[in-house]
Amino acid sequence: MTTQDGSRRALLLVLASLTLLVLVASLRYGAIDFSFADISHALGSLFPGHPERTLDQRIFLELRFSRAILCLLVGASLGVGGTLMQALFRNPIVEPGLVGTSSGAAFGSAFFFVLGSAFQISPSLWSLPIAACVGGVVSTYLVFLLARSREDGRSSIVMLLLTGLAVNALFMSGIGFLSYIARDPQARSITFWSLGTLSGASWKAVQIVGISTILGSIVALRYAKQLNALMIGEEEATYLGVNVNRLKWIILSVNVVIVAIATAFTGVISFVGLVVPHILRMTGGADNRFLIIGSALMGATLLTSADLVARICVRPAELPIGIVTSVVGVPVFIFLLRRRQYVY
Amino acid sequence: MLTASNITFSVGNKSLISDISLSLAPAKLHLIIGPNGAGKSTLVKVLARLLRPQLGSVEYDGVNVGKTSELELAKCRAVLSQAIEVAFPLSVREVVMMGRYPHFGGRPGTTDEKIVDEVMQHFDVTEFSDRNYQTLSGGERQRVNFARVLSQLWYDASTSTSSGRYLFLDEPLTFLDIRHQIDFLKKIRTFTDSPSVVTVGVVHDLNLAARFADQIVLLNHGRIVANGAPSAVLTSERIQDVFEVTPTFVSTEHSGMQLIFN
Repeated sequence: MTTQDGSRRALLLVLASLTLLVLVASLRYGAIDFSFADISHALGSLFPGHPERTLDQRIFLELRFSRAILCLLVGASLGVGGTLMQALFRNPIVEPGLVGTSSGAAFGSAFFFVLGSAFQISPSLWSLPIAACVGGVVSTYLVFLLARSREDGRSSIVMLLLTGLAVNALFMSGIGFLSYIARDPQARSITFWSLGTLSGASWKAVQIVGISTILGSIVALRYAKQLNALMIGEEEATYLGVNVNRLKWIILSVNVVIVAIATAFTGVISFVGLVVPHILRMTGGADNRFLIIGSALMGATLLTSADLVARICVRPAELPIGIVTSVVGVPVFIFLLRRRQYVY
Repeated sequence: MLTASNITFSVGNKSLISDISLSLAPAKLHLIIGPNGAGKSTLVKVLARLLRPQLGSVEYDGVNVGKTSELELAKCRAVLSQAIEVAFPLSVREVVMMGRYPHFGGRPGTTDEKIVDEVMQHFDVTEFSDRNYQTLSGGERQRVNFARVLSQLWYDASTSTSSGRYLFLDEPLTFLDIRHQIDFLKKIRTFTDSPSVVTVGVVHDLNLAARFADQIVLLNHGRIVANGAPSAVLTSERIQDVFEVTPTFVSTEHSGMQLIFN
């Protein structure tokens, strides 16, 4: 084991403890605070033979607890999604929010909410995530198709970002239109989709996002070594035994699925996928195995902290979480854009 | 033994190489020379199976590589290219370890670690082990890459079988100074002499090619003009014909015949 391996292991351990710490804080504080005694009683009531649950305990179990877990999962999804996109495009300034995946997924979900009943689709547990995935695939594909240069079929990062901007605007106005024509007062507002919130958390959402996050991360980890090889170029990766086209398809699919499903339940949350891998790379290097595990933990930590801020700073009301992540993410994004060595 | 039979590779309706047949033996250093646009790099990429020819076939030890998987191929074939850029900060050891990727599944085994140690020592890059590859100079980077590529083919008596190994050089000397160029060719020369290694590469400098090659393949307009020992291939008329410069041959004390271009 090299010294680098050792320090990475230590870093992951620190991140895991931080995740636990913010999880506890997120369970404890919010519109109303729960003491540790309240929390343990509420958790105790999950076991058989408990007395009738109080209102507070039901609030804790049905709202607070599911929200905290969903937040961890969504943060992990966005972090891993950012790492995968950056590894795939060999560039640290791409992330799911910037290349259209998130807004497409949000459009797909909004479409399902507003027009799903009109098409007589019988909704099942998975129809919302599927709608989000379809939207995410369409928008991501659109961005890469339009950003591709005519000469060599590759996409420059400037083209990618500009096309992403345009496609994001398109899908966001689509969401605006949908929320305008929505009759159903239940159809969620445009703020929900464009700025993101975890207020709609439920155990059902936890279940679905949990499956996609965990499966997606496991698949991604299996390809970590091949993604490393990609860092020295597509030709070189081929010489090292990587089937590059296959790798691209798998990673892009994993990325779209985990990001789209997270977005289906929380709306568009930008910049987590950008900031997380970047900070990790500065502290522990660029090995993708480390980055994937680390970005899951750090994404979870960061988003949970952001959610805590969103819930506490204007309580008993709450801010859309996207406002909080943007305040942190935009300066990092601009810093990265201005570092010339990264632009090619 | 590497055998290429009647290979043609074209892009659109322009053939970059046409109807090339070659037989390359182990323990010999084969260098391809020719003017710009002669198809040298294309030929190396076809032989290394990065590119698949429209016509003809390439065989390693009698096995057609057209159907071999990327991973299987990577266990016995390595390519040293020019000036590799790494997109993210990686340590030198991590870059060298990539050469072992085809040989292990999840994490590197003790053999892989041992080979990386040996190869890094061999190329004098042990002292950079923890340095960020992106901060190295051109010559240092190429040393690291050479270590990476050779670790992919490194012969470990305890585990490897002595089946054929194939090393390709895709203009690896382009951005190096003359000392590094000679140094690298010496190392390649030595490696080629280890058991069952077939080496073939592209080099621009005719004098270096003449000095280090066992066999020279002279390419022009995508076809083989001449193929054989340096002294047989590099004649005054051919050089004039293919490169459109007139050479003078000067005999030197240490490095044999040298070419001067008028």
